[in-house]
Order: sequence, then structure tokens, then C-alpha cells
Amino acid sequence: MALAAAITDLEQLKDRPALARLLSWKAEAVTGAKFDRGELTIRVRRECLREACALLRDDAATGFNFLSDITCVDWYPEEPRFEVVYSLLSMARKERIRIKVKLDSADPGVDSLTDLWPGANPFEREVFDLFGVRFHGHPYLRRIMMPEDWEGHPLRKDYPVEGYR
Amino acid sequence: MASKFSNLEPVVEVIGDDRTMVLNMGPQHPSTHGVLRLLLELDGETIVRIRPDIGFLHTGIEKTCEAKFYQQVVPLTDRIDYLCPMTNNLAYVLAVEKLLGLEMPKRAQWIRVLLNELTRLNSHLVWLGTHAMDVGAMTVFLYCFREREDILRLFEMVSGQRMMTSYFRVGGLALEVPLGFFERVKRFIDAFPGHIDEYEDLLTQNPIWTGRTKGVGKITYEDAIALGLSGGVARGSGVDWDLRRDMPYSSYDQFDFKVPLATEGDVFARYVIRVQEMRESTKIIQQALAGMPEGPIKADAPKVVLPDREKMKTQMEALIYHFKIVTEGFTVPAGEVYQGVESPRGEMGYYIVSDGTAKPYRVHMRSPSFANLNAILPMCQGQLIADVVAAIGSIDIVLGDVDR
Repeated sequence: MALAAAITDLEQLKDRPALARLLSWKAEAVTGAKFDRGELTIRVRRECLREACALLRDDAATGFNFLSDITCVDWYPEEPRFEVVYSLLSMARKERIRIKVKLDSADPGVDSLTDLWPGANPFEREVFDLFGVRFHGHPYLRRIMMPEDWEGHPLRKDYPVEGYR
Repeated sequence: MASKFSNLEPVVEVIGDDRTMVLNMGPQHPSTHGVLRLLLELDGETIVRIRPDIGFLHTGIEKTCEAKFYQQVVPLTDRIDYLCPMTNNLAYVLAVEKLLGLEMPKRAQWIRVLLNELTRLNSHLVWLGTHAMDVGAMTVFLYCFREREDILRLFEMVSGQRMMTSYFRVGGLALEVPLGFFERVKRFIDAFPGHIDEYEDLLTQNPIWTGRTKGVGKITYEDAIALGLSGGVARGSGVDWDLRRDMPYSSYDQFDFKVPLATEGDVFARYVIRVQEMRESTKIIQQALAGMPEGPIKADAPKVVLPDREKMKTQMEALIYHFKIVTEGFTVPAGEVYQGVESPRGEMGYYIVSDGTAKPYRVHMRSPSFANLNAILPMCQGQLIADVVAAIGSIDIVLGDVDR
């Protein structure tokens, strides 16, 4: 099975329900999309993230009712540096999508999804703890894995694997 | 923040009046199944609020993965959820195979299914034994560990290890299964439904067991979805979702099995579901044994899969590939994938980002225990302290999986 090339052209992908719904809602909210290895990724503007997720959750045509996962990728030294990755699952349509938000290192912050899915709480705390990304509106944004007095954010790429000595 | 989940907020810092007291449960407490610390705010014996404090087992596995070759990550995945190492191996290798675009031979897929279901039995047996012991039924533990020992011997037979198996590799399996393995699995699995009956005889009708579990630790369908619960915890609340059936991987679509479902949402419902799952796993294993295909156990990808020993002794290319893979690793085309599998605890997902080199740029594990721990909050509010123990047991938590 050879790998098919990734499709990044919005025109070719606009038939996908999730992307179509977001484009018809607010075309400028979507900054890019990619279909690669059978998985759809949509990049959205960070101001629109909460509303976009609420739309995908509540709209019957998309029905992404389940938040599987929140994580982050650090592209240091590139800017924008952080990429927060949300995996949504539609149980009705048996489909997954990935929503991504890019964040600058100067102000790494995005709206919290805890009011849409209370289950986002520990995932956002983990991303905050290990990457230093802030989630606005989170009820309890404190370290979860590392000790309270830990310095630095271990999963950042400029943090050495063996830690600071 | 919705007031319904306001108990997600901290406990100690906001103690205002003198009615309540704060009790610290764990991290060294036998019924927390590892090192989980719970902060309980109590009014008498009733729980007002509860907050889990985790991270005691955090080892930074995700960071370690970034410094290893793709094939060196496999042994690390064993150690995340140490009760179901094969499931973790499977989720990881499936994700890397998806990145590489590798197609597995049928036999490798079926052996993976077989061993995965054995792992599920293994994990459910530990769960049942410890859960029953927490609630006061000591005997079940001894019975469960008797059968678990047999499964660990089977694991030792295929992989040389009882627990940290690392048997699945990127591109196939480590070795062909040894002679006589399937016969031993068959002997074990033919006797296993009788053993499940034994456990059920001890518990299902037992008035102490039902008294401790029925109506305790309830969680509704809506909360289960909103909190991101999966696996037996979600199915106990009526969420009809199983990745093996709904998003099949590794040939699961060729097996015939039912997904048990209950709507009560209490500890007893989760017990019934997991016991039923053991019966279904038994059926899957029997089907796998009956229809086990012949053929290779490794994909035809010489740049990724280590060559056979025999070939290395006779063919120059095989020796070169072996040397290259071991010393430099294999490169994986740039991209990203998320692969979820149904672990005994729920959705175990691996999110892997490749930048085109021989080491993963980012590996993230979406571990089921981490998400399912959310359920402790609505489950325990307004209940008694003793019910916390039953609730934790019914979540089937593994702290290695929570903290990573």
C-alpha cells in the first residue's frame, strides 16, 4: 500500500461535512485543511476555536459529540510555535477529525473548552503543565503532572531530555 | 463553568465553614490501585467534594519517546498500562504502520487479535480480583489470579516475558509463535467459560456484593459523553460504542462478537459488562484459533522490518538492512496520525507526529484511565466514603496509564 499524497487544497476538500459546515459558517475562521492517511485535519483561527467546536458538536450534520483528546506540538524554533491539537469523534457518523490552533510563543493562549466538554479539564491542565499553553476560562489551571514548584515546561523542545542540572 | 461540575474545582483552599473536614486518601492506599491521592471534603461520612491528585508516577514517557528510534519506543509502551501491554504495543505499532503506509499480513493481524483478547482477559481478571477484594470478597482474587497466571505463562511462551512483552513490532511480530502454543491457548480457553461461571457464582447473586455495588457510583449517559469516558465505564451508562466494532482495526471486522451494554450506570452495571466482555473475548479467541491463517508474520518491507536470522547468514542485503535498521533506525515519511484502539479500559489512542527522520517528533498517548478518572467526581458526590473504594475499583484505573 503506497502512501497517497496529502490533499491540502480547500477546494478539493470542501465536500467533507465538517469542513463544509465551518466554511459556510465563517470562511475566514478556517486557515487551512489537510487530508492525509485517511484523516482530516482542519486548522482554525484561535479566536474562533470555541465557537467552531460548539458548532461541530451541536450540528446534526457533523455531530462530533465526543472530545477524545487534547494535546500540543512544539515546533520550536519556528513561529507560530505551538500547535494545540483537538481530536473530535462523531459516534453517530463513526468519524474522527482533528482541529488545530497555532499559537505564538509571545502569547500562547486559547479559549478553554471545559464549558463544552467538562472532560477537557485534565487534558488542558496537562497541556498547560507540560507546554505552558494557557487556556482562558479554565476553572483550575494548575500543574497536574509535575510538582507545583517545578520550573519550566518539560515537553517543550528547548527543555533538555535529561532536565536542567 | 457549569455548576453541575463545580466539584471539579479545588477542595482544600475553599474550606469556609466548620461543618466539613478534609481527609487525605492515598497516595499509599491499597484500594487506590497505585499511587492516586484523593482529597475528600466530608460532612460526617458523606462526601461533599472530591479531588484527585495525580502525577506521582509521571515518568515523562512522551519526552523519552522523542529521543528514541521508532522501534525503541515499543518497550516504553508496555510500561504505560502495565496490565495490558499488548494493547499498548498494538496501538503504537498500528499508528506507526499507518504513518508508513504498511499493510500487515493476515496471520500477523489475527495473532495480534488473539493476543489482544488474551490481554483483555488478563486485565479484566486483575480488575475483578482487586475490585472484589476492595469490597471485601477475598476469594475471588485468588481464583482470578489462578487463571491470570495461566495467561502470563502463555505470554512468556510467545514473548519470553510475563508482563512487559514487547511482542508486536512495527511491521509485524517479533517472532513466529512457538510450537504447541495454539494448543495450549485452546486448552485454556475451552476451560475458561467455566471459570467465569465460578466468579459469577461467588459474586452476581451475593447479597453483600450487590448491596455494595447496586445503585452506587451512578453516572448518566450525558455525563459519560461530556466527561469523555470510554470503555466499560461508558458502556455501563448506555454509551453503545466499542472501537473494535465501530472503527475496526487489525481485522476485528472479521470476528463475530457482541458489545455488552447496560443502562443503569452504577458499579454493578460495570461489573456485569466486564464479565460479559470476558465471555465475548473468549468467543473471539476461539474464532481466531479456528480460522488462523497461514503465511508470513512480517510485512514485506525490508527497510523497516528486521530480516530473519537465516537470511542474514546467506544474503548480503539482509545483513546490510539489519545493520542499518539497528544503528540508524528507519525513517518515517513526515505526517501525523491518531490511532485509537479499544483497550480493556477504554479508548487508548496514540497521536504521533513524524518530521521525516528516524525518531518521532512527538508521541502523545490518549490514555483511557486519564480520561475516565473524570468520572470519580460525579460518581462520588453525596455518597459515603466506603463507596469511593467501590467507585475507583469500577473505573478500573491504572495509575501508570494516568500519569505516563
